This record gives sequence, structure tokens and C-alpha cells, in this order.
Amino acid sequence: MHRIIFKESLAPGVTRYRVHAPDVARRRKPGQFVLLRLREEGERFPLTIVDSDSEEGSITLIVQEVGVSSALMARLNPGDAILDLLGPLGRPTKIRRHGDCVCVGGGIGVAPLYPIAAALTAAGNRVTGILGAREQRLLILEEEMRRVCADLHIATDDGSSGTRGLVSDLLRDRLRQGERYAFAAVIGPVPMMKAVCAVTKEAGIPTIVSLNPIMVDGTGMCGGCRVSVGGETRFACVDGPEFDGHRVDFDRLALRLKGYHHLRECALQALEPREAKAPQ
Amino acid sequence: MSGAPPTVRRPRPPRQPMPHQTAAARVTNFCEVALGLTPELAQAEAERCLLCRKPLCVEGCPVGIDIPGFIARMVKGDFEGAARTLREATDLPAVCGRVCPQETQCEKVCVVGRKGEPVAIGRLERFVGDWARTESSAPPPSLPMTRPERVAIVGSGPAGIAAAGELLRRGYRVTIFEALHEPGGVLMYGIPEFRLPKEIVRHEIQQLRRLGAEIRTNALVGQTVTVEELLGEGFGAVFLGTGAGLPILLGVPGEHLNGVYSANEFLIRINLMKAHDFPRHHTPVFVGRRVVVVGGGNTAMDAARVARRLGPEKVCVVYRRSRAEMPARAEEIAHGLEEGIEFFLLTAPVKLLDRGDGWVRGMECVRMELGEPDASGRRRPHPIAGSHFVLDAETVIVALGNNPNRIVPETAAGLDVTPRGTIEVDVDGATTKLGVFAGGDNVTGGATVILAMGAGKRAAAAMDEYLRGQRDGRAVAKATRVGIEEN
Repeated sequence: MHRIIFKESLAPGVTRYRVHAPDVARRRKPGQFVLLRLREEGERFPLTIVDSDSEEGSITLIVQEVGVSSALMARLNPGDAILDLLGPLGRPTKIRRHGDCVCVGGGIGVAPLYPIAAALTAAGNRVTGILGAREQRLLILEEEMRRVCADLHIATDDGSSGTRGLVSDLLRDRLRQGERYAFAAVIGPVPMMKAVCAVTKEAGIPTIVSLNPIMVDGTGMCGGCRVSVGGETRFACVDGPEFDGHRVDFDRLALRLKGYHHLRECALQALEPREAKAPQ
Repeated sequence: MSGAPPTVRRPRPPRQPMPHQTAAARVTNFCEVALGLTPELAQAEAERCLLCRKPLCVEGCPVGIDIPGFIARMVKGDFEGAARTLREATDLPAVCGRVCPQETQCEKVCVVGRKGEPVAIGRLERFVGDWARTESSAPPPSLPMTRPERVAIVGSGPAGIAAAGELLRRGYRVTIFEALHEPGGVLMYGIPEFRLPKEIVRHEIQQLRRLGAEIRTNALVGQTVTVEELLGEGFGAVFLGTGAGLPILLGVPGEHLNGVYSANEFLIRINLMKAHDFPRHHTPVFVGRRVVVVGGGNTAMDAARVARRLGPEKVCVVYRRSRAEMPARAEEIAHGLEEGIEFFLLTAPVKLLDRGDGWVRGMECVRMELGEPDASGRRRPHPIAGSHFVLDAETVIVALGNNPNRIVPETAAGLDVTPRGTIEVDVDGATTKLGVFAGGDNVTGGATVILAMGAGKRAAAAMDEYLRGQRDGRAVAKATRVGIEEN
């Protein structure tokens, strides 16, 4: 049984949990994820492990409400149990000493980015963080990122925090100003990753991205999480979730992520009325 | 010459018919197609057996069931005794009675079959397995834990179940590790409900628990715990029954389009996650008006027949060779035809066509002709120039078999794999790593439930010998492997 120990809201529709999972907490490395199932009729869905505390035997998960499973997750409270939890899955981030690194995160993508930034710093790199969100109140983990980054820059679409504009533009400006990075980690919405990778490619910065395609089993069996990397088909669950950002076909990934969007409303409406109420 | 009375030969009665759901009824539900013999029909069928003293059928059975033994008890009406006889050799009679290819095993060599139809051994096995589940009052045998060692079984599919059962019978403490949330392996996620009701699989798993097996779900060996750790944590030996692995995709343009599934994904969504019951179950699946399944094996038939039950106008199977080369069981092909599935034989996919928005709209195909036999002994297909045509499809399901999963070999030092990536073993299932044994699809490539069970049982015997100090804990000589190609 994996009980929820702690729950807090980070932003509208974004919640942080600490979940009791001592075996996962002990083993997990940055970049890895868990697969959850919340009830008998529920989906299996992946979540990146944001942090772990082996003393408490807990892992930290951050969930944004987008569909039926995340809506159900939002209704869980401390003391409630997660029915099934499998992990850690996926290949850990290859943490090496590069020198100057840049970690670029957009929206909920800052959650999986944080453990990578922390590990890069711990390995002796100088890490610059660049975070983006539509507006200030949707920005998450700013304080945590500030702690693990040598310097932190923020861009919001409306200018309510940091500079007004996109993280890709912010990064390009910094490169123009003469900043140099030996390595980049980029995680966020697909258009954001695509735009940032275009900038790092032009600047010749080796770049990893972490992908979150639709998964079912998470063990390599179904192939639903296939992505095209350098023209080859790879499975995010066992070959990833991290890939060379300069070789990922982001357009295909974006289309595959939309595969079941047309059913989302139907699934949400089918939840029991009591549960379909808005959170909080 | 006049002393001997003339022998009166009673004509052998024909095979008793198996009651079935009609094709029209069954395409509207997921209930079992073959309904099972009644006790009267089963007993009449049992009476057809000659009870040969040197039974060929037993040699034809990968797990060596005493077939005349259990049938003789059925003839007397002793179903309880028949069940006991089956249990001596198999943990899954109700499963194998349904999904074994008897026509190429026990029933192929049945003497009765030389003139007329062979004894319906599979159907009798199924009857006894079902009877034991639903009617028997006998408690499961209590197996004393006579051995001090613990053994780990990785994977709860047919190979793991057979190995676990055998090791429990030999007195070991058994722990089974299963990656998914529900044990049963391919019996749960792969084979559809209408061919193998999941209630039966759950019952058989429950039996293993009653015999003393501990089952840990959500445990992916290689990721959540490694083989080394299992050996270090006090497991005396480890059996790897991890199954087939990663699906082979089409390798043609368009395989990333939405609406294109591997058979594994399509079947997992429905069999394990109950996507046909969306939105009550939350996992979705998309089945358009026209469905095309690529492949000619049992998995292709399963996928096509599952799709058929989800209400499309048309389901086609595309296979690059001819009917004679199809690896699927004749019965499954026949059931598919009855259910209105169309077959495009000697046809191969060339590319998948985009509707313009990332969804598949059709498959460009080319007609094939057969040339010389290839390594598998089947005639190699060649495309016929200028024979391209388009099959419309909003859903495409690819059933071309699997490549081995690398998670365990990559995390277990000293565990050798073949150039194909399957695990290297000797004839008894010992791997190149001390104390580690393997069997089933991770060794052979895609094969059958019963072959995996046979391998699990053989490996369990070798593990017992190893733990008693009677054999080496690693492969002594490499076995000659016969790979089974699905496409």
C-alpha cells in the first residue's frame, strides 16, 4: 500500500504529493518515473519522480490536472492509498561533469527538470536555470530551482514574472550576450521543447529532453509510447524517457499526444457526480 | 480356422460436437465462443479413447500428461480422479484445454485419428479442468515446505506458473514477481476473454497462492529489483519467465500515426484494462469503421476477433504468405471467417496513409507471390511489381511478433543472450549465470502457452537438482534452439 503522506497545491490545478514508497525512494535516480493506477477501473499512467526522501521512505510527485486520472489523483488526500505503483522505471539521466549547464523548464515540465538540475549541481556543474510559464501564478518550484541553480531566469507570456516572452527567446538572448553552455536539459510542453532545441542546436549545445508520451504497461510490451528519434522508432518507457533533443521528431510526438483528446470530456463526464466536482 | 469367433467391430462413434455460440451472437459479446461439453457429452467422448497401452498422445504432450489415465477415470465417471491425474502434470488444465494447439500435439498422434477424428483430448482436459474448478469439493493438496531454500520466479505467465507449481510440489518456498498489477502474464493481457475467460486465470493464480506461492505484483525485475539482489537476498535460485518482450512494428512509413496499434497494445488495452468498457473503465481504445490487422499468427486472429466485437463495419487480416503458411491455429482462422473477418493473403503493407491530421486513413499494400523456402522452411514471399492497392482503415493493428526485452539481461551480469537477444540456455533451462534458469518466450521467441509451461517445468526440475547439489548451476552445453517466427 502506498499512502499519501503530504499534499499541497503549487498552482491552480497543480498539486505536489509525498507518497510512501520506500523501495522506490531508495533506488530511484534523477530522470526516472513511476507508473500509477488509482482504482480498479483506472488507467495506468506515468509520473516523473521529482524527489525522494529515503529516511521518510517517500517520493515526491507533482500532478497537473488534465484528464480523468489526474482529476482522480487530485481528489486523493493524505492517508489515502494509491492502488498500484510501479517503479522506478526508465533510464536515469546520465549525470556527468560538463562545466556550465543550462536547465530549461516550461510549465509542469519544471517538475521533472528539478531532480536533473539538482543532480547536475551535485556533480559539480554550474547550472543556470531558465523557467517559463504562461503567467506568474502558474510557475512552480521557483524556490527549489533557485536553491539548486547558480542563477535562475524566468520568462512568462504576460510578463507577470521575469521577462515577458518565451524561454527559447530568453535562452537565445543569453547566448547572444556571450553565455556559453556545455550541456542543456530541456523539459516542457512539446512546442517549447521544439523551440528551445532549435536554439541549442544552432548553438551546438548537446541537449537532452524528457518525453511523456502515452504509456500503458511501461515495461516495453505495448509500444504505445513509441517516439521517432533520428528516424528510428524508440520506446520512451525502456529506451527513454530522455533522448537527444536534436533528433526527436516533436511534430509526431505532438500528434500522438493528442490521440485520445476527443475522449477526454466523455471520460470526465462519466465520473460519478460527486467526484466530478471541481477540486478544493 | 473355424474355432475363432468372428470379431465384431462396433463402428467407433463420431467425435462429440462442441456446443458453440453462433457467430451472429458472439460478435456482439466477449463471452466464450466454445461453451464446453456437458458431463454426458464428455463421458461419451471419453469412451472413444482406446486407452492405448503405449500411448502416443502422452509423447505428443509438452508436459507429459497421463492422457489415457485421466480419460479412463472419466469413462468411469470419476471426474475427481481425472482432475487429480491432470494436476500431477499440469497446473493449468482449464487453460491448456482451451488454448493448446492439440491438433499438432496429442491429438495429431492419437490412434483413433488414423480413421476418422481423433479423441478430443483438449476438450476433455478443459471439461475436467472446469469441473474441478466449479464442482469439485476436494481441498487443494497441502504441500509441505520440505526444502529450506527460497526460489524466485520472474514473471507470472505460463512458464512462471508451471515452474512455480513444480517447485512448490518439490517442497520449495516460492515467490513470484510480476511487473503488471495483475498476475497471469499473457493469459491475462494477451489472450482474449472469449477464448480464455479471465475468471479461470484468476482461479488458477489463486490455486498457486493456496499452495503457498507468494505473488508480488508491480515488481519489474531488472528495474525495481535486480537478479543479483534476488540472489543476494536469500533466493537460492531464480527462474526467468519474462515472456516475449517488445512488439515488432511494421517498419514502413506511417507507423507513428494515431490509430496504429501493436497487437500487444490493442490487446492490453482491452483484455487487461477493459477499454471496450470505456468510459466506465478509464483506458480508451480507438476502433474506426474499418480495421486492418497485419499478421498471420494466433495473436493476429485474437486482435481481429477482438476488433470485430467492437462494432466496426469491416475487419481485414493482411498476411504476406498464403493460408498454408499461416501460423494461426486452423480453429482460430475458421472462427474468424465465421465472424466475417476478411483475409487478404499474399498481401504486404507498403505504407500507412495519413488522413492529414496525424490519423491513419488507410494502408497501401502490394500483392505477393511465393518463391523458394527461407530459413523457417516456409516459401519466401516476393512483391509483384505494379500490384499496389489501398485498403481503407481508421485502425491498423500490427501482429508481427516480438523482440526480446533487454531489461533483465542488461541488469544481470553474466547472463548471456543469443544474437537475436533471447536468453542463452542449455537443454534443462540453465542460463550462463549461476543459479539462474529461464524458459518460455524469452528463450524461444514467440511460441505457445504449453511450450512455455513445458520449459518452466523442466527448468524447475533442474533448479531442484541444482539446489540439492546434483547439477551445475549454470548452462553445461548450449541447446540447439528452434526459433519460431510469428510473421
